[in-house]
Amino acid sequence: MALCREPVARQAKLNLDSVTPPANPLVSFRNVFYRLGRQDILRNLSFDVEAGETLVLLGRSGSGKTTVLKLVNGLLLPSEGEVLVEGRPTTAWNSIRLKRRIGYVIQEAGLFPHLTVAANVGLVPRLESWPQQDIDRRVVGLLTQVELPPAEFAHRYPRELSGGQRQRVGVARALAADPPLLLFDEPFGALDPMTRMELQRQFLAMRQNLGKTAIFVTHDVREALLLATRVGLVHQGRLEVLTTPSEFLLAQGDEVRAVLSCLDTKGNV
Amino acid sequence: MQSGLMGELLELTLEHVGLVSVAMAIATAMAIPAGILLTRREALRRWVLGFANVMQTVPSLALFGFLIPLPFIGGIGKHTAIVALVLYALLPILQNTLAGILGVDRAVRESAIAMGMTGRQLLWLVELPLAARTILAGVRVATVITIGTATIAAAIGGGGLGVFIFRGLASVDTNQILAGAVPAALIALAADKGLSWVEQKFWRG
Repeated sequence: MALCREPVARQAKLNLDSVTPPANPLVSFRNVFYRLGRQDILRNLSFDVEAGETLVLLGRSGSGKTTVLKLVNGLLLPSEGEVLVEGRPTTAWNSIRLKRRIGYVIQEAGLFPHLTVAANVGLVPRLESWPQQDIDRRVVGLLTQVELPPAEFAHRYPRELSGGQRQRVGVARALAADPPLLLFDEPFGALDPMTRMELQRQFLAMRQNLGKTAIFVTHDVREALLLATRVGLVHQGRLEVLTTPSEFLLAQGDEVRAVLSCLDTKGNV
Repeated sequence: MQSGLMGELLELTLEHVGLVSVAMAIATAMAIPAGILLTRREALRRWVLGFANVMQTVPSLALFGFLIPLPFIGGIGKHTAIVALVLYALLPILQNTLAGILGVDRAVRESAIAMGMTGRQLLWLVELPLAARTILAGVRVATVITIGTATIAAAIGGGGLGVFIFRGLASVDTNQILAGAVPAALIALAADKGLSWVEQKFWRG
């Protein structure tokens, strides 16, 4: 792979004056397989995520969608093919640097129980050795942004928060070092419907304000259609459909129909 | 006579506490890093835990005896006693260090790694603070056991409150036995209370 990359880079340099290169996708998967033992978790995945878009990966539990996220931030490396982030394969990134450039939000938030809300949110800046003043200012800004008044919440511990509040802290923490890319792994999965709706609204507002790129994993088709600029359907380790929400509603295929049938019973889009 | 006994009691109590302190310091300094290492080396874990377990099953009097003929660490006196006490104290600390660190919630560990913590940062900022209470509980259990076991040190010339007990046994003098056993029990209780208090201070998460 290293052999292939170099000539391309040289070529790009040569053509710099004559051709404006197309905007690089922030993330691209190229024929990615991921295997665990003999089992294919992901099979031949290829897609690009452009800057500013929200790609929602939809699929049943065990379809491989979480594995996709872990391949992006280098928690896992592909068994075959390559995953490029900002044009560079994840195998060539310093794995710590890569992870710090990507915000990651998981279900139940994974907050550190021994740290206050403020310390949780300020952790990546602290790892990046920001001056304490800057960290404090950033934490206050972020907590305000996720609608948790700092005066009231900064000094609480995660166990003193509701599920929805914890999830907001998780989002604030992921945003802390201002990463260009955010990964969401079923972040709202464990919340009650009202709180979930509130956080979805907040997610949309935030996307508008911050212009971040996001890859969002969910098994809830309604959530996918609401939040996505593009929806990808992952089924048995393959990306079956990848299209805009409106076209997704018209897409063909057994799994798409099966997924969309959830909408009919719940009724509301 | 009375004041002579009090003087000896004080002296042997101090000696006893000294033995236990040195043994616990060494055992803690060995077992916590070893425990941390073992959380990273699954293959090694079985062997080391096995060794510590076997040490625990050797009757204490026999262990003291076994050590006497060994070069360097053996012989008669305090240092042999300390070696034996260390061997006994290792297991509870080792086990609790492992349990504490391996017991850290998967989601917490995963998000620490995902946010770009190095292995060292993961250990110092997440795993050790979260495991501190469990590790300390191991140290407390080991300390209490060691205070009791240290009475046997007198059998190989290690001194401590066991001197009273063995002398009492030899002369069938119950008072002498009690003069050793009661203070040892009181020290154990005090250590247990004191370390529980420290544990409570760690209790936040």
